[in-house]
Amino acid sequence: MDLLNALVVLMNFVIVPATAYGAQLALGALGVTLIYGILRFSNFAHGDTMAFGAMVTILVTWGLQGAGITLGPLPTALLALPVGIAATGLLLVGTDRVVYRFYRRQKAKPVIYVIASLGVMFIMNGIVRFIIGVDDQRFSDGERFIISARTFREITGLEEGLAFRTSQAITIVVALIAVALLFWFLNRTRTGKSMRAFSDNEDLALLSGINPERVVLVTWLLVAALATTAGVLYGLDKSFKPFTYFQLLLPIFAAAIVGGLGNPLGAILGGFIIAFSEISVTYAFRKVVEYIGPEGWEPDGLLQLLSTDYKFAVSFGILLIVLLLRPTGIMKGKSV
Amino acid sequence: MTKSLDTRAVMLFALVAVLFIGTGFVQSWNTTLTILNMGLISAIMALGVNMQWGYAGLFNVGIMGFVALGGLAAVLVSMPPVEDAWAAGGIQVLLGLVLGAATVVGAILVWTRMPAGWLRAVLMLTVLIGGFFIFRAVFDAGVAAVESINPASTGYLGGLGLPILLAWPVGGVLAAGAAWIIGKTALGLRSDYLAIATLGIAEIIIAVLKNEDWLARGVKNVTSLPRPVPYEVDLQSSEAFLGFVGWLGADPVTASSVTVKLAYAGLFLVVLLALIWLSEKALNSPWGRMMRAIRDNEVSASAMGKNVKARHLQIFILGSAVCGLAGAMMTTLDSQMVPGTYQPLRFTFLVWVMVIVGGSGNNWGAVLGGFLIWWLWIQVEPLGALLMQGITAGMPVDSWLRDHLLDAVAHMRLLTMGMILLLVLRFSPRGLIPER
Repeated sequence: MDLLNALVVLMNFVIVPATAYGAQLALGALGVTLIYGILRFSNFAHGDTMAFGAMVTILVTWGLQGAGITLGPLPTALLALPVGIAATGLLLVGTDRVVYRFYRRQKAKPVIYVIASLGVMFIMNGIVRFIIGVDDQRFSDGERFIISARTFREITGLEEGLAFRTSQAITIVVALIAVALLFWFLNRTRTGKSMRAFSDNEDLALLSGINPERVVLVTWLLVAALATTAGVLYGLDKSFKPFTYFQLLLPIFAAAIVGGLGNPLGAILGGFIIAFSEISVTYAFRKVVEYIGPEGWEPDGLLQLLSTDYKFAVSFGILLIVLLLRPTGIMKGKSV
Repeated sequence: MTKSLDTRAVMLFALVAVLFIGTGFVQSWNTTLTILNMGLISAIMALGVNMQWGYAGLFNVGIMGFVALGGLAAVLVSMPPVEDAWAAGGIQVLLGLVLGAATVVGAILVWTRMPAGWLRAVLMLTVLIGGFFIFRAVFDAGVAAVESINPASTGYLGGLGLPILLAWPVGGVLAAGAAWIIGKTALGLRSDYLAIATLGIAEIIIAVLKNEDWLARGVKNVTSLPRPVPYEVDLQSSEAFLGFVGWLGADPVTASSVTVKLAYAGLFLVVLLALIWLSEKALNSPWGRMMRAIRDNEVSASAMGKNVKARHLQIFILGSAVCGLAGAMMTTLDSQMVPGTYQPLRFTFLVWVMVIVGGSGNNWGAVLGGFLIWWLWIQVEPLGALLMQGITAGMPVDSWLRDHLLDAVAHMRLLTMGMILLLVLRFSPRGLIPER
């Protein structure tokens, strides 16, 4: 019984939240890794792209809620998500036309793109703050829990409860669908194959008649879909605040690099590695040990390796270790 | 040293001077001096970043962290030590830190000295995990003891009680140490990796400053740091000063505040001029030419026998040290350390705008960018407010849109800076004063 209780505590505070967070990071890292694979630069505006997509979705959600349209037990934001994706797609393609295309024609060095992406980050950040402000916004509605801690206790008769929030379930389901669609697209369709060819060997792809502008366009649209989905899911699960989206940049980059930049499977793996380590390193394991350990052996401290304020240090530490030992990432990304 | 200053550059500097003097006439001389003082510090930060980017092409987005380390140095050097806290647990905290460092060194030794194999991995993990728990046991108890001493006013170890001017070089040394760790791991890999590693270390430095109360009181802030210049109140009660002001026919309160600001400006100007002189010397020396050769073509430079990685590490540390120096100066100017005010957009990305706009690779350009962009950063807000008032003038007073637009003025800065960066990068990528 104690073992079961310990397991439930672990599920409730570590495994379920980390899975949801990992799915959000994986979606974000997929966007970064796609841009890296096709356009060959690290996009610093990615966090703010997520914030922009989430913002549009929130505004549409509020509109729908105001009009009395809801999805019943599911959050209305899911209904608004396609609009958010479309708006973000327009923004990203527009940005590419106005900013990045010029440097592509010039064949500029990657670091110039990165600086340009800093400028884009400033502007997107400004737009988001201009429209929605800097404060926390909550936009989730519908059923809050699939299983609340109380119901779980009543059903199982255990001392500990396991809460499974709707936002967590939706995150996992939506992320699964998005990833499945992405891989189907990359592996099965003609456009997806041309994207992979372009990423592997640009010159060869050009020789075989692949239109680079089309590949780039499709990439930005995919990135818009991934970033908006990641942003909305993160916002549903926690809350929407422009600055936290900027700060997500670090774990997302860490995930993409740990998995291997340019490698989509690696991005997913990296997302979960970062999420699980971040949450388990900053979780206080006292309760778990209390259940498992022998009687009268209760620990004095919280058994927390690092305080939650240092969660960035975890992704950073993993990043450093990977850079030192295996700079191409776990799943062999692009060249060092 | 004047070789890099042609007519165009002189004109541009004159233009910036006109902007500052104009601010003096339109707003007040006090405002001008406030902007000027931060402008001087910004110029020094821009010089540091220009060393890394302009000379060597290194992309550092962790400037905020190095600046904050400089601020920490100001606290650690200048504040009086808290005797009770030292007696309660100061030694234990230090011992904990030494144990922590010993653990890391031990793990590295195991990794480098032992033959590869599972035994090595297991041993290293044992050292790391065991060391971590010993470190936490010693360190946490010490921290708890220190933080319990009078938490409302101290609750930290205090500093060394030395003159704050000494903190400036110390800030540079602290930043250089952090840069060494980052450079050792991330240099030699893709340029993007250095960017991400510096972004990370900056966030971590800020997190440490916010949470380690024993170090610099965390978010409780350290205020009223000692000053290198006289206090306004003392000036107002000094006979000599009052006599001088009376002879000028000025208001003593305004005059004292202007005098203090001028004194700061003088100190900062000395540092800035010394740094410009040194960096011009360095840039025009064989060393500077080697740096630019490495930047322009790493492969051929290394074929000529230049150690690219070591030179990159060197310039990365130097540039970061200059940023740390500027950070210590800034905390001295504010005479307080507020970790919550370190925002990456303000301290990292704004400095980048300064360097790109001013002219990367040119020291004078970076300095010009520092002054110009800082002036804009301050003035965009009142200008934006004026613009918004113009736009909203025709709207009904209680309209939702009007309120929203007026509230949003504060965010005009980000938009403007982003626009400036993109426009300069596109249409004048070499900046206002290009590299020769």
